[in-house]
Amino acid sequence: MSNHVDQVRNADKDRALLGRVMRRQVRLSLGVASVFLGIVLLLPIFNLYFPALAAQKVGGFTLTWLILGVLFYPITWGLSALFIRQSNALEDAIERDEKSGVAR
Amino acid sequence: MIPLFFVILVTVATVVLGFIATKRAQSASDFFVAGRQVSVFMNASAISGEYLSAASFMGVAGLVMRFGYDAMWYPVGYAAGYLFLLLFIAGPLRRFGAYTIPDFAEGRFDSPLFRRIAVSFVMFIGFFYTMPQMKAAGVTMGSIMQWPYWVGIVVVGTVITFNVALGGMKGITFVQAFQYWVKAFAIAVPVFVIMAVYGGYTSTLSKTAADASGFPVLTTDGIYKVNGKAKAPTNVVAFQAVEADITFKSSTVIGKVSSSRKPEPGEDALDLDRMIKSGAVTEGTTVHLVPVIVTKRGVPVEKDGNAVVTGVKLEFDEPAELALSKGLPVPNAQRNSKWLAPFGTLTSKHGYPLLYTYSLIIALICGTAGLPHILVRFYTNPDGRSAKKTTFWVMVLIGVFYFFTPIWGALGREFIPGLYVPNKTDYVVINLPGQVGGVWGDVLKGITSAGAFAAFMSTFSGLLVSMSGAWAHDIFGRILKPESSPTERISAFKVAAIVIGIISMVLGLFIETFDIAMLVGWAFAIAAASYFPLLLLGAWWRGLTATGAASGMLVGGLASLMAIIVFMLSDRKVVTITDPLVKSLCEQPAIWAVPLSLGVMYIVSLATRGSIPKDVDEKMLRLHAPEGLGYSKDYITSDH
Repeated sequence: MSNHVDQVRNADKDRALLGRVMRRQVRLSLGVASVFLGIVLLLPIFNLYFPALAAQKVGGFTLTWLILGVLFYPITWGLSALFIRQSNALEDAIERDEKSGVAR
Repeated sequence: MIPLFFVILVTVATVVLGFIATKRAQSASDFFVAGRQVSVFMNASAISGEYLSAASFMGVAGLVMRFGYDAMWYPVGYAAGYLFLLLFIAGPLRRFGAYTIPDFAEGRFDSPLFRRIAVSFVMFIGFFYTMPQMKAAGVTMGSIMQWPYWVGIVVVGTVITFNVALGGMKGITFVQAFQYWVKAFAIAVPVFVIMAVYGGYTSTLSKTAADASGFPVLTTDGIYKVNGKAKAPTNVVAFQAVEADITFKSSTVIGKVSSSRKPEPGEDALDLDRMIKSGAVTEGTTVHLVPVIVTKRGVPVEKDGNAVVTGVKLEFDEPAELALSKGLPVPNAQRNSKWLAPFGTLTSKHGYPLLYTYSLIIALICGTAGLPHILVRFYTNPDGRSAKKTTFWVMVLIGVFYFFTPIWGALGREFIPGLYVPNKTDYVVINLPGQVGGVWGDVLKGITSAGAFAAFMSTFSGLLVSMSGAWAHDIFGRILKPESSPTERISAFKVAAIVIGIISMVLGLFIETFDIAMLVGWAFAIAAASYFPLLLLGAWWRGLTATGAASGMLVGGLASLMAIIVFMLSDRKVVTITDPLVKSLCEQPAIWAVPLSLGVMYIVSLATRGSIPKDVDEKMLRLHAPEGLGYSKDYITSDH
């Protein structure tokens, strides 16, 4: 009987820990994803409503060609590097917080 | 002969490297742990090597040549998929320790039945993805050796199938890393030489922009072979609205004569019969083409103060040979302004350009995460941190590669526009270097041919390995004969590799007329609506049940598959879809199929919430708690 109570208590603990960990992770992932989706999903709208600006010449390219064909890749590298740094820092922080046994 | 030499060189190098690596890996555990000693950079090269398929190497350049700006969404989507993988899936799955989707399906929900469903999707998606690899094999060998399409497929398919059946999975990391560098070299170096001879990327684009209403023009007199009805829709030659003489160099049959410009409602029927009629045409016939003025109730239609004119579009029932002269605005090409600007003929063909663009983006981004042969590779990282670092380097490596693909499309349009006539823009990477001429032209063509070979060899071997592995490990080993010995499973793997290889070759014969990159896009659409929702919700929502996940996956995946099959049939004129919106949604189903799949998963999971696994929180912690907290677990350990 007491064993069962222990299990329930453990399960509650697990669930609380899971909630804390996932909240922090999801905030970071969604943050980076929304910046990226913003760029990807707004570019077609930009092309549709501002065709003249999209066709503006920039160094031999049209502006929109420059964005999609050239700049896009470095942008994903930047976002990915940013995410990795933040995510590693976040994991360290979670480990530190949880191991120090801070009661929440 | 020089291109053949390069192709043989890269093939022999692949077989020899695979052989050496296979000998060095002594046991099963050597294979699994090998990844742990592999550096991040080597691993990233291997993942990129496996990912960059024929669709990336040949197809993207061909699509950019054909459709212009719109086609650049393909490489962008392929690259962006990795960012999503990194943000939502790579970390949790690495911690969970399950690195095939069937493993994840079973481990997350304790459901062997679900494993079976997941395995059947490995096969489905795998076949959709192997078909374009086969096409690339046929196209490349056809171009280098002048072999018929099917011979290339049979020869290349057989070599790779036996290579995989004999060598298996072992040592594949090193081979694929090598193949990435072959591909990167082959896509980059010839471009610099061609630009030095002909002119640069930006100068070509500027020239195109400066002559907005113009077309690329044929650079030489030539005789162009066009396919017959059997290979529709590549039997179409749509002439521009110009005055020119064309001569038929062989007898043929024209099935249909219409206008190149799509008529709008209310316009008068055009009198094209004066120029040319459908029916049999005898050898030596010369036709004088003239621009035809479009009228509405007898009055010429005007746009921006100019009379609207159209050329004539011929659909051939029998193969034809046409003599066309230098300087002719190339049939089948888009006008410069349309090619260079967004929403050209690729995304606008059904009249819903924004919808088409978004659906394509969703398919490519979500689909990358669901390809059966991609996630497996992340397991070769020792921990989550190096998995993330590897993903970063993969994005750099494939980004550098993709930067070059539109350059090929732009240069090809200007310097080898003859490819538009027979609808063979997929050949641009192989054929453009030959324009340089002489021995150097052959050497460059050899380099790109070798790159194409590396592309379909690495992807086809990767797919063959994951499909045969799914058969031997999941179907044979767990379902049909659970008591089988390792030796029996290895024989099952070999038999499966040969059978699946043969099926892939047969399928490859039927798809000569489809764009390589478009076929791959369909594989992505199916993966996006089946595996991606499973992985996303499986990793991030504790309420997902096995029934919910399985039904969402089946509904989304099968609905996409059906939509695509219906579109393929309508492309072949077997069925007719009249509503352009429906046609667009069938061709690019991801925009409705991904939400459908997610929605079904959500609703069915709520309805069956009693069956949420009891230890779900423990499972979720395995997915999410940082490794240092000790919740992670590897399915495959060094002594396994």
